[in-house]
Amino acid sequence: MIILKELDELLFTIKKQFDYDFRDYSKASMLRRINRFMSINNMKNVVELKFELINNPTIFQNFINEIVVNVSEFFRDPSFFKSLQENIFPYLESYPKINIWSAGCSFGEETYSLNILLKENSLDSKSRIYATDISNNAIEKSRKGIYDNTNFKEYTKNYYECGGKESLKNYFVSDERHSMIQSDLKQNILFSNHNLVADGVFKECQLILCRNVLIYFNNNLQNKALELFYESLPIHGFLAIGKKESLRFSSVYENFKEIDREQKIYQKIK
Amino acid sequence: MRPEVIIIGGSAGAFDAILSILNHLDKSINIPIVIVLHRLKNTASSFETILQRNTHYVVKEIEDKEKMEKGFLYTAPADYHVLLEEENTFSLDVSELVNFSRPSIDVTFESFSTLLKEKCCGILLSGSNQDGANGLKIMAENNGKTIIQDCNEADFDIMPKAAKNIYTKHKELNTTNIINTLNNEYH
Repeated sequence: MIILKELDELLFTIKKQFDYDFRDYSKASMLRRINRFMSINNMKNVVELKFELINNPTIFQNFINEIVVNVSEFFRDPSFFKSLQENIFPYLESYPKINIWSAGCSFGEETYSLNILLKENSLDSKSRIYATDISNNAIEKSRKGIYDNTNFKEYTKNYYECGGKESLKNYFVSDERHSMIQSDLKQNILFSNHNLVADGVFKECQLILCRNVLIYFNNNLQNKALELFYESLPIHGFLAIGKKESLRFSSVYENFKEIDREQKIYQKIK
Repeated sequence: MRPEVIIIGGSAGAFDAILSILNHLDKSINIPIVIVLHRLKNTASSFETILQRNTHYVVKEIEDKEKMEKGFLYTAPADYHVLLEEENTFSLDVSELVNFSRPSIDVTFESFSTLLKEKCCGILLSGSNQDGANGLKIMAENNGKTIIQDCNEADFDIMPKAAKNIYTKHKELNTTNIINTLNNEYH
């Protein structure tokens, strides 16, 4: 077990040794994740954890993969995807080329969900999605696009609730246990490693999707990330954050207009 | 020491008990209340509206990094775990289900009591799974005040029973006595 008092020092060590800065992450979530990692790996205290991290490079990579939350699903919050199609896609249609940033893409569920809907609205061929995550493991899994069949009943339900027009299974190649996303749905997506804490603007994007990522940051870091999104958007570009996340505490709040208050979709207006 | 927060957890069969507690709570009581109730995701719910009709508190579904204030009754949003930060702000989390649940009562009980120690009062009501039992035990071990609904009264006794089975010293009270206890101690 690690306790709150020991957390700051551990995060400082990680920053110094590995140049990963988690010091502005939400402490409550961080503690849970680290304790989970320690219990999975049978580590009793913070001294043991530090020793393993410093002396065993593969352990450190596992640590990063484990403490970053990569839990997602296809079409999480169907009402959000419905709103995206109804309120944002018509705007996107007017652009000759569309750049989209899927920030914190986890294992790709959110990114592929978006791409399926782009395809159904004939926007896929002129869209380029930049999907990024801090975890290399997440990027690798996203690229593969292979998912366990267990949850597909729920995904299908989500998909229809958000206005899906086909059979969700048509977008996958499946065997008894797994389903792999069709390769044509991968062609317009570029998966790459990006750290919202340390890296800067890399592309102007008309739409940025970053849902349920900011919750793992403290106010300071949320603000920093939101400024980065602000700089990456052209005027009239769109930002979507998680349903229970907020722009309210951020310095760029005034620069956005609410497009859908409930679904937390915003448009940059100045 | 008087608690700084009351956290109520429940699942199947807990809603009526919650309404009854809120209805009879002394109007002078204003310490923050957090309710973690298992609920369906992706369905519009009138949960908050109904709560608001039955309490003098201001009812508010939790938003990330919102500060916990007196006079407010907070509800855990569907599909998020609720944690507490040092500055008494809420953090939300969409990590793995715990006890098949998100929000999980265990997660919130543990997070709050680890930080606030004896300043927590946890109440575990009716429910048909074991979520909350571990968290309530941790809360008791941190010297928080812990109450389970009378297993004979609870519509579904699996939840309070699970808590009793792993820790015998929780107070087991029926709804009327839960109300009396809160009114005597926190007015």
